[in-house]
Amino acid sequence: MSELTFFIDNKECKAKKGQTITEAARDNGVYIPTLCDYPGIRPAGTCRICTVKVNGRNMAGCTTPVEEGMIVENKTAELEDMRKAIIEMLFVEGNHMCPTCEKSGNCDLQALGYRYTMMVPRFPYLWPSREIDASMPKIVIDKNRCIQCLRCVRGITTADGKHIFGTLHRGDKTRISADPELVAAMTDEQAQKAMDICPVGAILKREVGFKVPMGKRKYDSAPIGSDIEK
Amino acid sequence: MAKKITIEPVTRVEGHGKVTIHMDDKHNVTQARLHIVEFRGFERFVQGRPYWEMPVLVQRLCGICPVSHHLAAAKAVDVIVGAGTGEGLTPTGEKMRRLMHYGQIFQSHALHFFHLVSPDLLLGADADPAIRNVIGVALNFKDLAVQGVMMRKFGQEVILATAGKKIHGTGAIPGGINKNLSAEERDSFLKGADPLNVDKMIAWAQGAVDLFKDYHSKNSEIIDNFSVFPSNHLSLVRKDGAMDLYHGVLRAVDADGKKILNDVDCQDYLKYIGEEVRSWSYMKFPYLKELGKEKGWYTVGPLARLNTADFIPTPLAQKEFEIYKAYTKGKPNNMSMHMHWARLIELLHAGEMIKELVNDPDIMGDNLVTKGTKGREGVGLIEAPRGTLFHHYKINDNDQVVMANLIVSTTNNNEPMNKAVNFVAGKLFTGQSKITEGMMNRVEMAIRAYDPCLSCATHAIGKMPLEVSLVDTNENIIDRMSR
Ligand code: SF4
Repeated sequence: MSELTFFIDNKECKAKKGQTITEAARDNGVYIPTLCDYPGIRPAGTCRICTVKVNGRNMAGCTTPVEEGMIVENKTAELEDMRKAIIEMLFVEGNHMCPTCEKSGNCDLQALGYRYTMMVPRFPYLWPSREIDASMPKIVIDKNRCIQCLRCVRGITTADGKHIFGTLHRGDKTRISADPELVAAMTDEQAQKAMDICPVGAILKREVGFKVPMGKRKYDSAPIGSDIEK
Repeated sequence: MAKKITIEPVTRVEGHGKVTIHMDDKHNVTQARLHIVEFRGFERFVQGRPYWEMPVLVQRLCGICPVSHHLAAAKAVDVIVGAGTGEGLTPTGEKMRRLMHYGQIFQSHALHFFHLVSPDLLLGADADPAIRNVIGVALNFKDLAVQGVMMRKFGQEVILATAGKKIHGTGAIPGGINKNLSAEERDSFLKGADPLNVDKMIAWAQGAVDLFKDYHSKNSEIIDNFSVFPSNHLSLVRKDGAMDLYHGVLRAVDADGKKILNDVDCQDYLKYIGEEVRSWSYMKFPYLKELGKEKGWYTVGPLARLNTADFIPTPLAQKEFEIYKAYTKGKPNNMSMHMHWARLIELLHAGEMIKELVNDPDIMGDNLVTKGTKGREGVGLIEAPRGTLFHHYKINDNDQVVMANLIVSTTNNNEPMNKAVNFVAGKLFTGQSKITEGMMNRVEMAIRAYDPCLSCATHAIGKMPLEVSLVDTNENIIDRMSR
């Protein structure tokens, strides 16, 4: 397989042909923050937190393939502030109560909030009125916390490839929903996978709250991205 | 002209309160009331949330004794998941929770005595408020201040090891606990560098009891007569009558020691306890149904627990219990200021319990959670530092909470606190039209004996923002003093 050479913040990096900028960055020990991107599922570019400057233009790192000689800007003050603004927007747009959320410590959004030292969001809280769908046998969907990343839509399928989750409505009214029959037939493993794939606490496996003690959660000991950065 | 004296906010209690003293034309106190703004909103707020979130969610209503709410909610949720009503957990599950609870009792009682009460005892009720606070104690009684800080720290380390965090942890989960005690944690409590080990803590707790007894022997006139009135007393006790702060059956005794309730299963509390609403306070007034609204009010907390229990199941605390009981010839103790004595005996008991639990091999076991046949309703009671705490939840078929009822310790003590304020105000304010610093503080001391947790602890240090208004029958302010 042919190898490409490209540059992130002046660091010379190597990429396999077809790799996206975020994938290749990871392999080269450079952290570009992601939220909607998830290993093993097709990138969608919904959250834009991975925005980088490619040859002077803003591009989603998770959907843009590396090209030979590409010049990528990643950790500039401008991009970092824009990413922080996106995190803040996601926080104010839903109802995110970290202190009582099962996902606290395992949540990508919370971890990014910490990494970017989000204090008080620059945007006003919207306090939307959203429902908790607790009618399904294996999972609960708390729509207050959904950031519309579509990881569940893309990543959770039945054995024969049918999508269990989908979206309703459009724009800022977009809501995640589940196929009633398929979600009713979900296995425990699928429910666990759905909970794990959700970057926040929107999909919860029923009746397992807080089983993992504090101190043993994903981001308790090291900030998000530190496993990539060398 | 009739007057109303208002003292607000009450300082060195955990949060805010306001006292109004109504006086007739001849300066006789006609009534004194403690008004409290409370948090009943939480009961609405949790509706719709999945039941398994309750232990972590509801504890957020308090930053002072969250562990008690965490555990009471967990106990209620245990019933929902069919894990039994306090006795069905695995040995590790139950003992870890007990350890968490005694850690909380230890740190809370230490905080209350050393930081909030000792200024009154050591520096005197008439001392300048600029000195009569924890800083004043630190300057004048350095060793004691250090003990207070370190005992609180030790209790918090116990909470950290069991709940995962010193404040607002997640340790108790439906049907058990999410971790056991590691060997390092156990060793740090047993053999920690001086003074942070359990033997030193027990020795200091014993020292605190002795300090109180010594103070009492020299000041019994004040302590015994400061605020005395007959009361019923309620708490959990172990089935055999022993003190048990984590679990038991409900027992209530009257002012003479006659049992009003005995062996009552917590799940049946509603059959025996009612709550009355009065227009002038947000806080409800619970009462024993058997005696009715008028006569059924009761005291909870250390004073009540030492009145209901037959014995304390740890040796040092039992020895002190016997001395304490002998003082009232075995009869219930109705002297409000003896609450401090009782609290310190409990501090000693909590230290002994921590030692016993940490030494128990079960605490390091791996079987953490148990479950059984699911139900739709659960009640969890616990003896919080300030007294009996009730949590009651009902859920729908989707596991969402549809009803929550919380009766917190301070609510249980609502009427006794009002009685104490009446008692003290009647003695101090009758015939007076001017208020002194000492008078105001004595009203506060009466309330503080109950260690009320009113909402937050921002006044623990120094400032004492206190305002006193003299108001006539037409609500005109005729005098105002603030500091
Ligand atoms: S439910 Fe979770 S995974 Fe699905 S879109 Fe919402 S946040 Fe993303």
